[in-house]
Amino acid sequence: MKNREDKILLGHGSGGRMMHDLIENLFLKHFSNTILDEQTDAAILNVGSKEIAFTTDSFVIDPLFFPGGNIGKLAVCGTVNDLAVSGAEPLYISVSMIIEEGFPMKDLEIIVESLATEAKKAGVLIVTGDTKVVNKGKCDKLFINTAGIGRVKQENRLVSKALDIQPGDVIIINGTIGDHGMAVMNARESFNFRTSVESDCASLNHMIREVLDQSSVKFMRDPTRGGVATVLNELVDKIQLGIELDESILPVTSGVKAMCELLGFDPLHIANEGKVLMVASEQEGNRILEILKKNELGRKSAIIGHVVADHPGKVVLKNETGGRRIVDSLSGDQLPRIC
Amino acid sequence: MKYVDEYRKKDLILSVSEKLKSISKKEIVLMEVCGGHTMAIHRFGLHSLLPSNIRLISGPGCPVCVSSQHFIDTAMAYSKLPGVIITTYGDLIRVPGSSTSLEKERANGSDVRIIYSVLDALEIAKKNPEKRVVFLGIGFETTAPLTAAAILQAQKENIPNFFVLSAHKVMPPVMKALVDEGVKIDGFIAPGHVSAITGTAIYDTLASECGLGVVISGFEPVDMMHSVLMLTEQLESGTPKVEVQYQRVVQHDGNKIAQQILDDVFELRDDQWRGLGTIPKSGLRIRENLSAFDAEKHFQVEVPESTEPKGCICGQILRGLKTPVDCGLFAKKCTPADPVGACMVSGEGTCATYYKYRS
Repeated sequence: MKNREDKILLGHGSGGRMMHDLIENLFLKHFSNTILDEQTDAAILNVGSKEIAFTTDSFVIDPLFFPGGNIGKLAVCGTVNDLAVSGAEPLYISVSMIIEEGFPMKDLEIIVESLATEAKKAGVLIVTGDTKVVNKGKCDKLFINTAGIGRVKQENRLVSKALDIQPGDVIIINGTIGDHGMAVMNARESFNFRTSVESDCASLNHMIREVLDQSSVKFMRDPTRGGVATVLNELVDKIQLGIELDESILPVTSGVKAMCELLGFDPLHIANEGKVLMVASEQEGNRILEILKKNELGRKSAIIGHVVADHPGKVVLKNETGGRRIVDSLSGDQLPRIC
Repeated sequence: MKYVDEYRKKDLILSVSEKLKSISKKEIVLMEVCGGHTMAIHRFGLHSLLPSNIRLISGPGCPVCVSSQHFIDTAMAYSKLPGVIITTYGDLIRVPGSSTSLEKERANGSDVRIIYSVLDALEIAKKNPEKRVVFLGIGFETTAPLTAAAILQAQKENIPNFFVLSAHKVMPPVMKALVDEGVKIDGFIAPGHVSAITGTAIYDTLASECGLGVVISGFEPVDMMHSVLMLTEQLESGTPKVEVQYQRVVQHDGNKIAQQILDDVFELRDDQWRGLGTIPKSGLRIRENLSAFDAEKHFQVEVPESTEPKGCICGQILRGLKTPVDCGLFAKKCTPADPVGACMVSGEGTCATYYKYRS
């Protein structure tokens, strides 16, 4: 199937179905190789006798500062988390900046300090970088790209491959969903909602390491753009089983819930930057829950659903009143409703 | 969450369902007019809680869905003019016009901005005095007073570069038109937020002259089930009338201030509805004394004759005659990612709702 559009639309970058189609129909068509075709958050590479994980991510967030973080903190967390969910121990990252002419030096300094602080917290070294300045109007204030390298532990190397997932396995998340997306939207659109919604932006590598060292995880991924719905849809596509979620136990803060109700959004489609979804057997799941809950970043962890043999390839959400609906990947940009 | 959780209580919903099953004898067809109602019915699985002799059909109350193709094509033509900024509520940006959409025109270089309040459009106009800022006014009596207030504000502040392309519509004529056309309806679940503005009297003739039940309903599952129960009680006892279920929001006289603003700014005109044709006195046109803000008066554009997409049965769906699953394009050629008709674009369009909650 070829791409339907003759121009790039914003929806192509939203992490949902349109982006998926763009990657399948254009990037993979030309770049295809056995490593890339895995389409995991980080590529696993053989270097001599060792395996390393390698990933990259670009950050173009607007506004640069938002409740719970800024673009600098985010640029570290995003790359660290992509390595961590691949079962790797993040070690080194690069930081490249594209800066618009006229950007305030004091803002840049705050952002650079955040990069440094978060890198220290995550235990990674910033070892290389690049700086470009472009004419005013040629980029929106500041874009950052980070790439990262991590050491793959032999026993965790298959954790992103979703092998051996069975009906009855549970889906776990380490806390509330939708916080990052709604915090940024609230800051960007000047809704003036008086809410304490803050981005969940955090480096998860230490917490993930605790889980991997003490239990058995069959699949992990961080639900960033496109949200929980998109990650789970990609998973069911791959395993040809179904997933059933229970709305009554989805952890969502009242602030995010209220914003979503008002704007007509689905929290399952909203971006997170400090969350990891895990799949494990029921028994291991309960153990993982205990480990997560002891960690500051996992206090509100919950089992939100399970893998089922029914409706293969589909994620279904049941609500308290008996309604059931298919949870699709986000199909373009999330748009607010009219009335 | 307060004001939501109490209206989603399972016990309460099930007890209304039981009561309905015990009193309902006749075969009845109820139309939920508003897209928000359609969404709630599917989202909370209410169909399965109703007795089989009560049938709910979806109506023409999604503003994006009923805006005519000509309106979309006109907006597109404005977007291509130099120095024009189009401001619009979100959903509209993806509605396919005869050949393209605002989203695609934006990718082609048009300045199209999504806003959350019409007052944001006024702000954009103030900040860009050298540009002409057009707000695409869509929606019923719910959103129209806001547009009217913005026009009055623009007049007060003397903002000469703010314009409205009005596709605002009013609810009662289309409901009457469906009945006159012979669509089999015994009662309406009427949109609560429209009556919050207009009050309840707008439906009196539907009850007194057409013998239909009308219950003005809220949007949560308890509201919806309660409204169906009220309509069933009316119809079973042979006493159709206008009642308000959504009493926490709707007052008999509505919002007098909003009504006055509406009347100051708009007058009724015959208007085109997507798939339904022209309905007399169903649209809102900006009054002559405020024509300085009327985009239709200000801009001279050639809009080619609009064509409805082939195979799309939005019109019949908006009349409640067919459901999306009757459409050959549904979930095949027409999906939210690549919509053919407007009913698939809006989050509250009937097709988008059926798609989202398909099983």
